[in-house]
Amino acid sequence: MDLAFTPRQRAFRAEVRAWLADNVPRTPLTSYDTREGFEQHREWERRLFDARLSMVMWPEALGGRGCDLIEWLIFEEEYYASVAPLRVNQNGQLLLGPTLMEFGTEAQKQRFLPRMASSEDMWAQGWSEPNAGSDMAAITSKAIREGDHYVLNGQKTWSTRAIYADWLFGLFRSDPASSRHHGLSFLTVPLDAPGVTIRPIRALNGKEAFAEIFFDDVRVPVENRIGDEGKGWHVAMATAGFERGLLLRSPGRFQHTARRLVALYQAHRESADRDPAIRDAVCESWMGAEAYALSAYHTVGRLAKGARIGDEASTNKIVWSELDLKMHETAMRILGARGELVAEAPDAEDGASWLEGFLFAQAGPIYAGTNEIQRNIIAERMLGLPKS
Amino acid sequence: MDFTFTDDQLAFREAVSRFLMTEAAPEMLREIWDTDVGRSPDLRQKIAEQGLTALSVPDSCGGLGMDDVAWSLMTQELGYYAIPDSLADTAYVAAGLIAALPEDVAKREEWLRTIADGSIRIAVGHPINPFVADAQPADLLLLAHSDEVHAVPRSLVDVIANPSVDHSRRLGRVVWEPNSATRVAAGEAGRALWATTLERGVLSAAGQLLGLAQRMLDLSVDYAAQRKQFGKPIGSFQAVKHHLADVATRIEFAKPVLYRAAHALAQGEAGAAVRVSHAKLACGEAAWLAARHGIQVHGAMGYTWEVDLQMFMKRAWALDASWGDRGFHKTRVAGFVLGDAAALGPGRTFEE
Repeated sequence: MDLAFTPRQRAFRAEVRAWLADNVPRTPLTSYDTREGFEQHREWERRLFDARLSMVMWPEALGGRGCDLIEWLIFEEEYYASVAPLRVNQNGQLLLGPTLMEFGTEAQKQRFLPRMASSEDMWAQGWSEPNAGSDMAAITSKAIREGDHYVLNGQKTWSTRAIYADWLFGLFRSDPASSRHHGLSFLTVPLDAPGVTIRPIRALNGKEAFAEIFFDDVRVPVENRIGDEGKGWHVAMATAGFERGLLLRSPGRFQHTARRLVALYQAHRESADRDPAIRDAVCESWMGAEAYALSAYHTVGRLAKGARIGDEASTNKIVWSELDLKMHETAMRILGARGELVAEAPDAEDGASWLEGFLFAQAGPIYAGTNEIQRNIIAERMLGLPKS
Repeated sequence: MDFTFTDDQLAFREAVSRFLMTEAAPEMLREIWDTDVGRSPDLRQKIAEQGLTALSVPDSCGGLGMDDVAWSLMTQELGYYAIPDSLADTAYVAAGLIAALPEDVAKREEWLRTIADGSIRIAVGHPINPFVADAQPADLLLLAHSDEVHAVPRSLVDVIANPSVDHSRRLGRVVWEPNSATRVAAGEAGRALWATTLERGVLSAAGQLLGLAQRMLDLSVDYAAQRKQFGKPIGSFQAVKHHLADVATRIEFAKPVLYRAAHALAQGEAGAAVRVSHAKLACGEAAWLAARHGIQVHGAMGYTWEVDLQMFMKRAWALDASWGDRGFHKTRVAGFVLGDAAALGPGRTFEE
């Protein structure tokens, strides 16, 4: 155990910190759940990319800088501490990116990854369907092979920011006689292809934050398939759950929220202390965020030594989503009767950022595999309990 | 930056686990309950032969010179097997205090050597604990009188036994008169010794709590996998699964908190006390949740004397408030988090 950062790691932290201090926009960007905000965030991603900071862990040839996981954690800490914009292309960069690295052909990597790193291509995901949510193997959208193309028919839903995005990746049933997790293929689909219809869905925050997507005889060339035909389930699941859980929500994000929560409590201490549970919840938020960070460093260290991180990864997603919810609930209680004010309200505090975060936090235990599904995974695969 | 254990440390933990699995089986624990003293000289002898009493003793006095980080693994094993012996009090907490005494304390080296060879049992009477564990069978007691540290032979104190819900815990209220002959430190030095001893005692309890949590989880998983209702193992039902998944998650995220605290203490970091309190809270909560969900999963069997779950639950309930109750530790954490000088936020987890 050696808990000192190396000179190289310190230098990297200093470089990232200095760049962010010079470049993070002084006024917050418009919400990325709007067309205008989405494009503002795309421009921000471009600046990050030009500084080789958009995907620090990717190889240099693909637009990254070849950092290891510790350096990535350092980058994330500095990123969230600097109050930089949220990452608008994370579904592509964090979920599809690792899958392409593992299963993509060289040509596919060259075609997709650099443009993903620079956010010239923005990606939406196509997993869920109206009747395939937690039960994702119930997917019915079809991709029927016709020569060197697949013909897609069906419907996907809950696709985040899909009305603004350029591309979609997802699972389609390429063997019509198959069922469950057999006979699925992992495809990438340009969202401007003929036969694609995207209908926005208004989210809890009133914005068109996600969408449903209809496929009506959409032709997709075979070279858009990632991995083997019929092996899409394997491709989708193979990228370690740990990487997904941790990459999607790194500890720095929650440590930053915990710090803001402490400041909010300090600013409202007199009223907040009328509810004795608040002070306790504020301190627990710090402890929870710190525990998540410590767990990440411990896990990353074990990975570096060649350990295989398995199904215990599902604990990550439960922990960060419930922590995020708890922190925002506490903030709402501290704000009391002002908590309900939206951004446009003249008396809203801090641009109603806590309310925005509170609404978004409601989704945390639901997206990326509900926490009930995560608990099943923990019970069955980590603890070895029998399937129901 | 490497927040992991060495292969040697992990192999050592494995060896201790294998040893205790054979030598501290639940049936044996029950036999020892029924003895007057509640301790087994035979078990203590075997523990000493394994070298476990010598872990913290400096090399120069016949020990292995291991630090708090190694003990954060070791105490988990002591908790996992709920050994009927306050081994960590002698071999870790007392050994740490005595090793830090000035070298001119006449008996310092003798005490360390007898700790290492397993021939002495030392009870630690830190002021934070109203009762002293294993005061009755101790050979020597380390007791506090204001800022003084006294090393008092058993023959010079009266011990009023206070039985605990945990039959393996032997608590005593110690009645004694301080005198200069037993004083081994005082003033600033005494205060510093008691302060460090507190952190070590807390960390010892935290590690044991985490080990207890893991044992209760393992017992509950085994039970849920074999007990059938409605024609299936109850562990196939989601409500039962989720109880146990929650315990597993709590344990998973308490571990690195314990390890960070152990490292902070070993390195004498300024923020060690807050890390140590965080560890105690995280491990205590994991253990109490493991007990609550464990007994729920065991159903009425969990409420019986016969089923072994009880010995781990009771140890967990007891240790949670030893070496500072939750109020004490929450207050220390709050003092930091809500204090003016707190370095909070991303990037402060390892450097202040």
